[in-house]
Amino acid sequence: MAAEGKTIDALSQFELTPVLGPIGRAVGFSQSAMHMAVAAAVVIALLIYGMRQRALIPGRLQALAESSYEFIHELVEGQIGEEGKRFFPFVFALFMFILLGNLIGLLPYAFTFTSHIIVTFALAMVVFVLITVLGLVIHGTHFFSYFFPQGAPIAMAPLIVPIEIISYLSRPISLSVRLFANMVAGHVMLKVFATFVVLMGGAGAIGIFAAVFPLAINIALVGFELLVAFLQAYVFAILTSIYLHDAIHLH
Amino acid sequence: MSNGDEFDERLRQARTRQGLDRAPEGARGLPQGPWGIGFRAGIEVVSALVVGVGIGLLLDRWLGSWPWLFLVFFVLGSAAGVMNVYRLFTPRKPPRAT
Repeated sequence: MAAEGKTIDALSQFELTPVLGPIGRAVGFSQSAMHMAVAAAVVIALLIYGMRQRALIPGRLQALAESSYEFIHELVEGQIGEEGKRFFPFVFALFMFILLGNLIGLLPYAFTFTSHIIVTFALAMVVFVLITVLGLVIHGTHFFSYFFPQGAPIAMAPLIVPIEIISYLSRPISLSVRLFANMVAGHVMLKVFATFVVLMGGAGAIGIFAAVFPLAINIALVGFELLVAFLQAYVFAILTSIYLHDAIHLH
Repeated sequence: MSNGDEFDERLRQARTRQGLDRAPEGARGLPQGPWGIGFRAGIEVVSALVVGVGIGLLLDRWLGSWPWLFLVFFVLGSAAGVMNVYRLFTPRKPPRAT
């Protein structure tokens, strides 16, 4: 899988293939969609199964479920404020889905659905549409004052307003590209160094000795990827809350 | 009884020493490493440019005014990118009552 024909093939890991036999082929059910379903199922299972005991002193699963809940709860409340609590389910679902997608993608043979720009862009567009509709519903036409900062000279409006609108429209792109680029870069690096291991290991006795070095790099990379997987989900969640804060409070 | 207090005190000091008790103002913090900041800034600029160029190309195609609107929106997109980066480095909640 890693080094067919002695070449470095780092990108074929992102190809979509239908799963579940002829049924999957017929409806175009790719392994990406399957991993999304798995990620969602794991989140639900963690929360339902983990909280089934409702113990005063939580077990491991319950502690995991509770700490992830409290982590996002704190984040949402800190960023948006008291009235942000009703967006907690949204941010929590986003965070857990992305986090599990990133983490499941690190397992061998698994697929990282967050490494496809269309997936992250769809998630970012959900956020974008939500903040725009929310801003319009809460503030009405006053929402458009968002594109003109207070105190700026009115003569600057033809310049400032397009810039602010472009800046606003760039949010879903930067949100999605950040997650997508991080995941792709990490997985390409993992695959490249894994290919080095195989190629060097196939080059005789010295090669096996030398193959230890890319292997060591890969081990470090896996740890780094765990960090990135969590960090990117966190960044996505915190930026979503910041945008929600902006939509509710304007500026 | 004072024994317990002493323990709490020592625990607090140890936690501060190890950096476990983050300062409360760090609560709003995005990751602040140099790589993270650099990567974020780059993405902000590029995405604003992409939006600007995209709008310019679409309007040009619609109005048949190639390449003027493209150039205008290219400049506007760069300015928006700089604005994005500027916002990245300024504190988000200025004491401005609205």
